[in-house]
Amino acid sequence: MHEKTVREILGEYSKLAVEMDTLSNDSDLYDAGLTSLTTVTVMLALEDAFDIEFEDHMLTRATFHSVNTLLAAIDELLAAQAA
Amino acid sequence: MSAPAETLHRARALDDIMDSVRRVGETTVLEFAADVDRNARFPTEAFDAIKRERLLSVFVPERFGGDGVSVSELCKICEQFGHYDGSVAMIYAMHQIQVACIVQNAADDAFFGQYLRKLCEDQLLLASATTEIDVGGDVRSSICAVNIEGDRFSLTKKAPVISYALDSDAIMVTCRSSENAPPGDQSVVLVKTGDHELEQIAGWDTMGFRGTCSSGFILSSTGAAEQVMPVPYARVLSKSMHPVSHLTWGSLWTGLAASAVEMARKTVREDARKQPDVAPVAALRLSEVNELLFSMRSGLNEVIAEYERLLALNTDTAFDDYGFSIRVNNAKIRCSEMMVDIIARAMNIVGISAYRNDSKKSLARHLRDAHGAALMVNNDRIRQHNATMQIAYKGR
Repeated sequence: MHEKTVREILGEYSKLAVEMDTLSNDSDLYDAGLTSLTTVTVMLALEDAFDIEFEDHMLTRATFHSVNTLLAAIDELLAAQAA
Repeated sequence: MSAPAETLHRARALDDIMDSVRRVGETTVLEFAADVDRNARFPTEAFDAIKRERLLSVFVPERFGGDGVSVSELCKICEQFGHYDGSVAMIYAMHQIQVACIVQNAADDAFFGQYLRKLCEDQLLLASATTEIDVGGDVRSSICAVNIEGDRFSLTKKAPVISYALDSDAIMVTCRSSENAPPGDQSVVLVKTGDHELEQIAGWDTMGFRGTCSSGFILSSTGAAEQVMPVPYARVLSKSMHPVSHLTWGSLWTGLAASAVEMARKTVREDARKQPDVAPVAALRLSEVNELLFSMRSGLNEVIAEYERLLALNTDTAFDDYGFSIRVNNAKIRCSEMMVDIIARAMNIVGISAYRNDSKKSLARHLRDAHGAALMVNNDRIRQHNATMQIAYKGR
């Protein structure tokens, strides 16, 4: 369920050079054209959609590397909220 | 027992290196600075002397034949060069940025390790081609691509600026990593002089930093595929090129500003001798300008220290941190703008002889150079990046 939302947000905000449905969950989003600037718009949209706040230490290429790394970060933030 | 096959190379201590810098700076660099500036020509005499003193290889680790200085030591060296001539100091720093990119990202690679050895032996000067026509100043986007066939590459780039291209031994070129790669998937290719053709498309007749000869060229080259750096440009940029550029530039600009303040201090002292009973008004101005220099240097040193802490962690991801990127950018923006303010205030203290071109106390070249710092790698574009990161960054 999170995956669908993450993919929709990436499709709308990341301005990638390729269509989202050509990318797997492990594809490198930076190779596909994600930039530091589009990273921020993606982050803001994710924060809105999931009602979370990314910690400063998570604002790295590793976090935004792929759909899967984003899903892991979102899970981590949601789990921390629930705790 | 037999003697060792070769004499072991020994790195010099920073004090010895600084002595060399002063020796070159106070003689050759100062002697030719006005002529370099007047004719907007490469500072050949200065770089001949710099090579003689083996100062191009200070940042290369000892095991390759360099001195293995730290980033903060390199910054001190750049600052000292800034005291003598802005153009020489800029070229020196731009070379060291490329050296740092290799040392910090590719020293263990067979080709680049060997190249570092050669750089030490022959005191090779490295230039760079990052920006591209139709891309502008966004270094994270390329149109041109390296084309690899078998063990050879070919590459053509339209570069609006390649500083001292014609006087360098190699140019580090940013480009897409293949013909099919997206604009942001970039590599760095070391292009050797002799293997490339340069067609000049723009000159360099500017207000300041005239000796950097930052003309525009269409660069075409072929070479061995091993000359492509083994790590993506994105990593080289965040770990090395971005921080080392802004920190070495900030340092040499601090040196440039400091030399203007020295001129002001000299003037105030002379005035005080003439009228020993009155503390000259200019002394108060000197105190003020010295406060600004203090702030400029302190802010810069804070980021240099943070960068060294991150380097000591020995990871590649530490440099992606938004807070660190913002602070590196802050150092560049603040230093470039404070330098103009400091030099203008120093001129005010020195008086008309600072304004004259034909005086020993002229600060005209200082001021002209200083205005370039905010424009080359435009401060507003850097601020725009910072603005975007500030939205995401929580500052916690």
